[in-house]
Amino acid sequence: MGLSTLFASSIDGLTLGFIYGLAAMGLTLIFGVMRVINLAHGPVIMLGMYTVFVLTTEMGMNPYLAIVLAVVLGLLLGVVMYFIAVHKVINAPELTTLLATFAVNLMIVGTATVIFTTTPHAIDVQLPSFQVGPTTILGTRIVAVLIAGIVTAALYYFLYRTRTGKSIRAVANNRAGAELMGINSSVILGLSFGLGTMLAAVSGGLISTLFAFSVLSGSVYETKSFVIVVLGGLGNPTGALLGGIVLGVLEAITTIFMPVAWVPVIEYVIFVLILLVRPTGLFGAR
Amino acid sequence: MRSFRNLSFWLILLVVALVALLPTLADSAALPFLTNAATMRENLFLLLMLVTLASSINIIMGYTGYVSFGHIVFFGLGGYFAFYLVQTYSVNVLLAALAGGIGASLIATLIGIPVLRLRGAYFALATIGINEAMRAFMNNFDPFGGALGMFFNYAVYDSYGGAKNAGELAYYAMIAVTLATIATSFLIKKSKFGLGLLAIREDQDASQVLGIDPARAKVIAYAISAFFPALAGAIFFFKNGIIEPGIAFDLQRSIEGLVMVMLGGYGTVTGPIVGAVVYDRLRSALITSPPITLGSLTVNLSNFHLVVAGILLLLVVLFVTAGFVGWLRNRFPAVRRFLE
Repeated sequence: MGLSTLFASSIDGLTLGFIYGLAAMGLTLIFGVMRVINLAHGPVIMLGMYTVFVLTTEMGMNPYLAIVLAVVLGLLLGVVMYFIAVHKVINAPELTTLLATFAVNLMIVGTATVIFTTTPHAIDVQLPSFQVGPTTILGTRIVAVLIAGIVTAALYYFLYRTRTGKSIRAVANNRAGAELMGINSSVILGLSFGLGTMLAAVSGGLISTLFAFSVLSGSVYETKSFVIVVLGGLGNPTGALLGGIVLGVLEAITTIFMPVAWVPVIEYVIFVLILLVRPTGLFGAR
Repeated sequence: MRSFRNLSFWLILLVVALVALLPTLADSAALPFLTNAATMRENLFLLLMLVTLASSINIIMGYTGYVSFGHIVFFGLGGYFAFYLVQTYSVNVLLAALAGGIGASLIATLIGIPVLRLRGAYFALATIGINEAMRAFMNNFDPFGGALGMFFNYAVYDSYGGAKNAGELAYYAMIAVTLATIATSFLIKKSKFGLGLLAIREDQDASQVLGIDPARAKVIAYAISAFFPALAGAIFFFKNGIIEPGIAFDLQRSIEGLVMVMLGGYGTVTGPIVGAVVYDRLRSALITSPPITLGSLTVNLSNFHLVVAGILLLLVVLFVTAGFVGWLRNRFPAVRRFLE
């Protein structure tokens, strides 16, 4: 194994990790604001993939334009999901919200299975690739990372610089206190849920330009999101981004030393160990 | 053991046993109107397995309040252990199942000691992680056949008098396991230990003040709830003749178990049974229903069972949190004596 292999794998891992991190940020944002673990996160990632798929193959739209539509759809879907399935049980014990979001998961996956069946699909995106020394970096990867970067920057701007964003952070810190300050917490909670699912949809849209996918792919990336969220500390968006990069690089580098099939074993063992030893994650809670 | 003098205890077991033995009664011509006894036996075998699974999940989730999302891991482990023993050492399947059950309980104890310290969502996530880790591990574990799994040579069934007799043995063994699970679930609920579990579910810190050792009680409950799914897994895969990681550690099945518990009423003895029956019948009705045509669109309902399960689950979670049996018990206090 040469340095160049290590370099190529690291670049691969970095780019992928960034995109995984985006989905995980959505999951952790929802948890941070309302203490709900959204078990319908994977299906939303999958819907992001299929939105792009349908728009590009059926309507001939540019895949990156389709991702913009996936953003809007993801946001709306989350708001609807919140008010139908979560709002009524927002103060109930965790079991209730886990099951409510899982019910949504079943509905989305079931409907998508009826429409698309479970055969894999792929989107063909033609972009030039770049040469860095001996390493080839695919153009699709670079554009995906750029989009992920823009979305992240916009999210941080929104959360820290706008009035609504500040309200979200206030509700996350202390919902009762925020309500006393005249913030309509129901609207803010719905919006936060929508932002979380929006990130999932974008991430799914970006993944669809890189890999083949099926209706069942959502759960693969959802479990990755869980691992990342726990790595970064539940409720900590920056932690999720860093956690994503850690996981991406870890995945890419371990495959140099051992068969690919062992990677998930290592991932899940790390996941359980961190939950046990350091439940606040590597980078602390939010 | 006051439970043995409880009418409800014997009533539940009797009803389950009678339903489970319907095909046998049909065979002996006592019930001439049942003609498809063989199909019925197959369906009941799976249904009994689901009842076992749901009732076991209820012990840790319904009584103790710990949502074990990845509970199917014990079903898979029991299946793998027993399958290996039967295939490699020609151990009798009943002994092998027992060994698998004890093995799963031991593993549950080892896992439970650290993991049950986690509360709420953290515990639920950890159980998903454990199941996925185990599946990924089995995918790579060559002694157990790796990703391809293991399968029986048909000669294995010879010592049981052929495949047909082996199937019957599995069927009666599954009935016994189901009855044992329900009986255990009842005995736990009515015991001092069970009351301790309920106290932990309501308020763990307060239960400690009352002299309950939550750490110990939780691990014992977890080990018990791991034992029966392992037995069911051992019997199921013995009859199946094939075991592979995707089927043994299927998270979907695990979560369907949770749905059954919620549907019937969590924390009750009969709830998981009712939930399993309703869910299973509904699913098979959808799977076998003919496709319907809406204008130019043909919708195949067999793929729709997930959607229906989701809608049902959401309705129960939002509006009937206590589940069917829980609702009955709240609405008509008189039935509480019979419907535990």
